[in-house]
Amino acid sequence: MKAVFERANQLLAAPLGLGPRGLLVVATLLLLPVYLMPLWKLTMFAPQYPDGLRLSIYSYKLVGGNGGQDIKEINLLNHYIGMRDLAAADFNEFKWIPFVVGGLGLLFLRCGVLGNLATLVDLLVLYLYFGLFSLWSFGYKLYQYGHNLAPTAAVKVPPFMPPIFGHRKLANFEVYSYPGVGSYALMAAVLVVAGAAYLAWREARAGEAADARVVAG
Amino acid sequence: MKKAVIILVGIAAAVAFYCAPSAPKGSRKAPTGASDLAVAAQKTYVAPGDLDEVYLFSSGGHSGQIYVYGVPSMRHLSTIPVYTPYPATGYGFDDETRAMLGGLTWGDVHHPALSETNGEYDGRWLFVNEMNGRVARVDLKDFKTRQIFGPMPNISGNHGSAFVTPNTEYSMLATRFSIPIPKGKYAAIDKYASDYKGIIAAVKIDPKTGTMSQGFEIMTPPFDWDLGDAGKKVSDGWMFWTCYNSERATGKLEVTASQRDRDYIAAVDWRAAEKAIAEGKGDVIGGVKVIDPKKVPGIVYLLPCGKSPHGVDVSPDGKYIVGSGKLQGVTTVFNFEKVQTAIRNKDFTGDEDGIPVLKYENIKDAEVPVGLGPLHTQFGPDGYAYTSLFVDSAIAKWKLGTWEVVDKIPMSYSIGHLCAAEGDTVSPKGKYLIGLNKLSHGRHLSVGPSQPESSQLVDISEEKMKLLYDAFTEPEPHNAQMIEAKKLHPIEVYPKEENKNPLAIWDVKDAGVTRNGPNVTVKVVLVRSTITPTAIEVNQGDTVKIAMTNIEQTTDELHGFGLLDYNINIVVDPGETKVVTFKADKPGVFPYYCTNFCSALHQEMQGYLIVKGKG
Repeated sequence: MKAVFERANQLLAAPLGLGPRGLLVVATLLLLPVYLMPLWKLTMFAPQYPDGLRLSIYSYKLVGGNGGQDIKEINLLNHYIGMRDLAAADFNEFKWIPFVVGGLGLLFLRCGVLGNLATLVDLLVLYLYFGLFSLWSFGYKLYQYGHNLAPTAAVKVPPFMPPIFGHRKLANFEVYSYPGVGSYALMAAVLVVAGAAYLAWREARAGEAADARVVAG
Repeated sequence: MKKAVIILVGIAAAVAFYCAPSAPKGSRKAPTGASDLAVAAQKTYVAPGDLDEVYLFSSGGHSGQIYVYGVPSMRHLSTIPVYTPYPATGYGFDDETRAMLGGLTWGDVHHPALSETNGEYDGRWLFVNEMNGRVARVDLKDFKTRQIFGPMPNISGNHGSAFVTPNTEYSMLATRFSIPIPKGKYAAIDKYASDYKGIIAAVKIDPKTGTMSQGFEIMTPPFDWDLGDAGKKVSDGWMFWTCYNSERATGKLEVTASQRDRDYIAAVDWRAAEKAIAEGKGDVIGGVKVIDPKKVPGIVYLLPCGKSPHGVDVSPDGKYIVGSGKLQGVTTVFNFEKVQTAIRNKDFTGDEDGIPVLKYENIKDAEVPVGLGPLHTQFGPDGYAYTSLFVDSAIAKWKLGTWEVVDKIPMSYSIGHLCAAEGDTVSPKGKYLIGLNKLSHGRHLSVGPSQPESSQLVDISEEKMKLLYDAFTEPEPHNAQMIEAKKLHPIEVYPKEENKNPLAIWDVKDAGVTRNGPNVTVKVVLVRSTITPTAIEVNQGDTVKIAMTNIEQTTDELHGFGLLDYNINIVVDPGETKVVTFKADKPGVFPYYCTNFCSALHQEMQGYLIVKGKG
């Protein structure tokens, strides 16, 4: 048992090769779209809205289509069913997501310069935790919007879960909800970090085998 | 190895970028539902010189006008000014029409109602309501507004009007806005539920002349009455009205008036009301006999209906009453016979200020799943009903009796009323159905922010509805009515022998100025291509009455009389006499001329009003 941990510790302590280091720089670059591109996009079509109503959720802001008008229109429609207005102030995610992503970027770079396989694994775990938590947080926000409907609303609809992923029909609206470029970049980043970890592990294993040969020889 | 990983990641990224699921990018114009283009074109094309089959009388909303279209070409043929001055025909400028407008220069026209005999359009008159509490009668003999009746006592916001009964006994009214009555009475807004009153009213119509006179009124709780339809055949003698705000709420009505799950359709036994009035029942309020249903039971009953209903429509056989909450997904069909049985058995669940409320489950026949936002229903000749769906922006076609929805067609966009050819009578004609849409969203060349509404012609002659034509109508087509062209026989000139105006003259020899102190009467003859007299001389301060007779008896020979700087603009049809009275308060020389192009020497048709100054 002890031998297993010792071996693992040895592997994890192995410094990173050039490949994983390069990939970490790539992963850091893949975080940049989070500041430039939307994380999620909602698009709604109804007969009266042939051009659709569009809402883009960035890491730090909500942007309505048609020069911002669409978000006002969405809020106007939602007020009939007693839904709260979508407002940037309600999204505390807008404060912490850019900060956390920045922090992750710095850790990627640190790992790229000083890191070993262990810090790479830490990063991967931390990153996955961040990703899943963000997703839950976003989903919970939508849940709250769909469930905290004013009891005095003109139109009473049963509480509902707005779609997070995919296509759904809500009353006369066809609603599409899909990740934006920012999220795809984040997903790509995690793949790259995982790739770096895999590569580093392979290298560490190769290094271990070489050491074994030296010892044996 | 490293390269392989990098390439793999690169491919994954590229795949993700290009293949990741996302919402459709472009716009999604509603499927037009058009039939084969050639068929649609053929069905709507009325060759130059050919005539349309059907007249469409479309309400002009707050423009105060009625617009006349030919169907199926959807060509705009004429505008009938009713509540708003219309310089094109001189309406509202001469003494008679100015007096008829009564100082108001607008009216919010909603529901044109063609006169009926035995529940069928008879082509005699068109009645049309307006929110200030007035009803007007357009004579279809000459397409002219002949009477504006009102503003009526106690009526505020005459939306639920001008529905006529099957033999045009009455034009019916109902108030959208309740106020303390009579008008002029004060009550604080927090006394709304008890001290404000809704009114349902009947305007009597003379069966020979169409002349309207005061009928009777029924006082109701302060519900917001919305739309109505008269019973017919088996339900003749009854009138049905929807209401919202049975909460009797004030303030932000979109919320406060949307709290109850059900509002009402009122069923009013207007023959019983007529009888009660004849027996001397009712109290005089604001100069009219008003029945309080609490004191005179057996006249008004309340049918619970889905929340905030809009339209209510009676089927051609009079057996069914169709109404629905305007935000529901179904429309309710009430059975008139069941309503009668419930009334006989006193099967009531409660009352509203003494008005019995019937039990929903016991009077309904079906809830038809037409789609979201059902507003109005019209009927075809073959047992089909057509319901407009505002939220779904579509028309649903369904079968009376089986309650099966058989077809749906999208409307562009947000349909309000719909109008089938004679589709609210005892014998609908079918073939044509028009959706009166609230939004047109760029289905036309852009004309800036003030966009026209759209009226879409639908072919209902086959099982599937087919969109034939988009017409763009002036604001605001609320309701419209279509009548077969063969039922109307308008005159094209006013026969000389029927002109009873005492100031009419038929010979230029009789034209001229007569003076009676400061009152000057000018008899004028208009005929190609002279206005006689060619000069009118008066003194500053005179009251001048100009009576002009167009002595032509030839169709389309209209003459105008435009008097510059005096804001006078009269148009006189062949054989007609029009009178305008004004004070000649400005000294100087003022040209008058024929405004309506009449002949090769039209330009020469001119003269001078010479006003001699006091100094």
